Amino acid sequence: MATAKIPEATSTLLAPAERALQVIGGDVSDASLRQYLEGLSPVDAVGLHARAASFQTRSIKAASKKTALDTIITLTDLTTLEGADTRGKVRSLVAKAITPDAGDPSTPTVAAVCVYGDMVPHVREALGARTDIAIAAVATAFPSGRASLAVKIADTKDAVAAGADEIDMVIDRGAFLSGRYGEVFDQIVAVKEACRRADGTYAHLKVILETGELNTYDNVRKASWLAILAGGDFIKTSTGKVSPAATMPVTLTMLHVVRDWKRLTGENIGVKPAGGIRSSKDAIRYLVMVAETVGSTWLHPHLFRFGASSLLNDVLLQRQKMTTGRYSGSAYVTEG
Amino acid sequence: MPDAPEGFLDYAPAPESTSLLSLKEQYGLFINGDFVEGSGSPFATISPATEKTITHVTEASEGDVDAAVQAARGAFDTTWSRMSGSERGKYLFRIARLIQERARELAVAETLDNGKPIKESRDVDVPLAAAWFFYYAGWADKLEYAGAGPQVRPLGVAAQVIPWNFPLLMLAWKIAPALAAGNTVVIKPAETTPLSALLFAEILQQADLPPGVVNIITGAGTTGRFLVEHPDVNKVAFTGSTAVGREIARAVAGTDKKLTLELGGKAANIVFDDAPLEQAIEGIVDGIFFNQGHVCCAGSRLLVQENIEEEVVSRLKERLSTLRLGDPLDKNTDIGAVNSAAQLERIRTLSQAGEEEGAERWSAPCTIPDQGFWWAPTVFTGVETSHRIAREEIFGPVLSVMSFRTPAEAIAKANNTPYGLSAGIWSDKGSKVLAVADKLHAGVIWSNTYNRFDPASPFGGYKESGYGREGGRHGLLAYLSTATTRKGRTR
Repeated sequence: MATAKIPEATSTLLAPAERALQVIGGDVSDASLRQYLEGLSPVDAVGLHARAASFQTRSIKAASKKTALDTIITLTDLTTLEGADTRGKVRSLVAKAITPDAGDPSTPTVAAVCVYGDMVPHVREALGARTDIAIAAVATAFPSGRASLAVKIADTKDAVAAGADEIDMVIDRGAFLSGRYGEVFDQIVAVKEACRRADGTYAHLKVILETGELNTYDNVRKASWLAILAGGDFIKTSTGKVSPAATMPVTLTMLHVVRDWKRLTGENIGVKPAGGIRSSKDAIRYLVMVAETVGSTWLHPHLFRFGASSLLNDVLLQRQKMTTGRYSGSAYVTEG
Repeated sequence: MPDAPEGFLDYAPAPESTSLLSLKEQYGLFINGDFVEGSGSPFATISPATEKTITHVTEASEGDVDAAVQAARGAFDTTWSRMSGSERGKYLFRIARLIQERARELAVAETLDNGKPIKESRDVDVPLAAAWFFYYAGWADKLEYAGAGPQVRPLGVAAQVIPWNFPLLMLAWKIAPALAAGNTVVIKPAETTPLSALLFAEILQQADLPPGVVNIITGAGTTGRFLVEHPDVNKVAFTGSTAVGREIARAVAGTDKKLTLELGGKAANIVFDDAPLEQAIEGIVDGIFFNQGHVCCAGSRLLVQENIEEEVVSRLKERLSTLRLGDPLDKNTDIGAVNSAAQLERIRTLSQAGEEEGAERWSAPCTIPDQGFWWAPTVFTGVETSHRIAREEIFGPVLSVMSFRTPAEAIAKANNTPYGLSAGIWSDKGSKVLAVADKLHAGVIWSNTYNRFDPASPFGGYKESGYGREGGRHGLLAYLSTATTRKGRTR
């Protein structure tokens, strides 16, 4: 019988990330990190699914629904991540972000526009002097993360220099799944450092776990802790390029980690489910889950985001229906 | 910016409509396929959430009970016991489908009359009631494979008395196996929750069930006594309190009536330090706050390993603070009304005893409505095994927390109760779960979940929690005889 291949424990000290030092202690090494992550309380998938399903039975009506729809818009990272993206498409997306519904000026603006790094200058240009909509750029050889650390750092620095307010990085799932937690940790720390601007401030760092490749909820939990320990400001489910993308049980697991982190350190970490959330109904269920798990203080753009491209239009249609009493159609909302 | 999302958790009211429920001003007794007036006096059934009268029902007198038993005897002798199993099964399938068709109506009636949240009656009580009929419908023509040999026969007339905590579901638990096995039934719902049983009588008419096969009589303890003591009854099945169960056992002693009792409980929900904690918290909540704790198998004693006690209790309180108590018909309500003033009084008395004996009480911060019977989710810490709240069944949303150090201590504490209905074990280690389960004296043991029911799974207790099993093949055997001669009158 073949014995399981256990990655060799090293005593190499990892990057001295502040949070890890605070929680794990002075000796942050591959071994101590593994010990910490493996000591986390396990997740029971059956119970987790039941709890996630329970949020779906909440009935959100009338004024609550109106609040929910507007909140979803303010929490949306309006996204385009296609090889075929052009300057024109990105400018049109920015216009949509600023004026989601031309027929209703009371419609709030979205939280951010999320694009590939090379599109950041176009977003900056289209936004002009506006600062109320953030620019998020995916980096670190998104979506696969298969590149050297030097390339990932260069990718990140490039986007930050072009004006990105937020960096959505991917973790090295290969390293994570083979148990090389220290390597994943060090890369996040390095990317975080690459988020540093000339003036000493940092672009916000969202760490994409790509939960669709992590296979178990225990792994989602471990990867969430790892990302936070290494300095992530947000933990994000998916790239949107792998199926399954965001699911309610996965997001719930991440919300549990964020709540536990708050309990441990008093610090607030953001959560971003991305990919697969297309309808207002689904998004409202996420809001219910967030509010009932970590509290409604999380329903703010600095702590919760939806990574989505088609969600916004469904929300606008629902919103129009609530205002006018009639359902319109896709002809009455603009293509992003 | 939209309105402050801080207010988001004040969900706008989302009440289920009662418009599809058309009730009569007064209900008689369902005897021999028809509603008859009965000779007893009428009494009101109220909504425990508002204390308003829903409708009036009739208290069955001794004569009415006799008429119902005679109708059941007649139906047994002339139709039901002679009908082929496959034919009986068709009726049961029909009843199951009608429950599904009228699910919303039944859920609303149940919530109105019992006080339980509509999300529970809609998602648990009614679907399970239908599932019970579907399951036993399948057994009706396969009785010789139930495990009692090829020569099985029905017992005769079954007298069934059911409680108020799951009115329709308990009715299904009782009626479905009895009919599948070829028995006829006289059933009495609890006096505070007769409504769903009366709607069920209409379903039986819709299903064209032969007259007398099921008779439904309403009334309180006296009516129940007439029924179980009736000499022409062959089988008594009771679910309810241990005190009444004892009386019934005495009344039945010396007759050749068969008896099954499903009584009280004081279940231990054991949480080990290697448990999936997040899910364990949910399980503790499901265990004791489901149905306002009006559950005989409720996990009313939380046994938590001492090294995680503080964390579990603090997380639990945080979680309980998010529960929504209020209008049971609102789809977002988590905790409904206590079923009756009498039950509320019992909960109050035992909670006071808990405080007086030195346990520390914490109640979830929720607004209690002015009308109706309510009790906020309550947790007692610092509970000693000798305290009344650790020994007596409270049958309400009150949890007693105790700690343990070793698995052996957990097992000893869990078993240190006169009851033995159910238990829960939370651990990520399968071998530990099995080893502990093996030593617990409880009829039902859940691992990493709680309060899950399935018609295929037998349910019942040890010790003062009663005897006999309901559900599954075992539940069927409680309504079958292996005697080779047909049973007649027991008189």
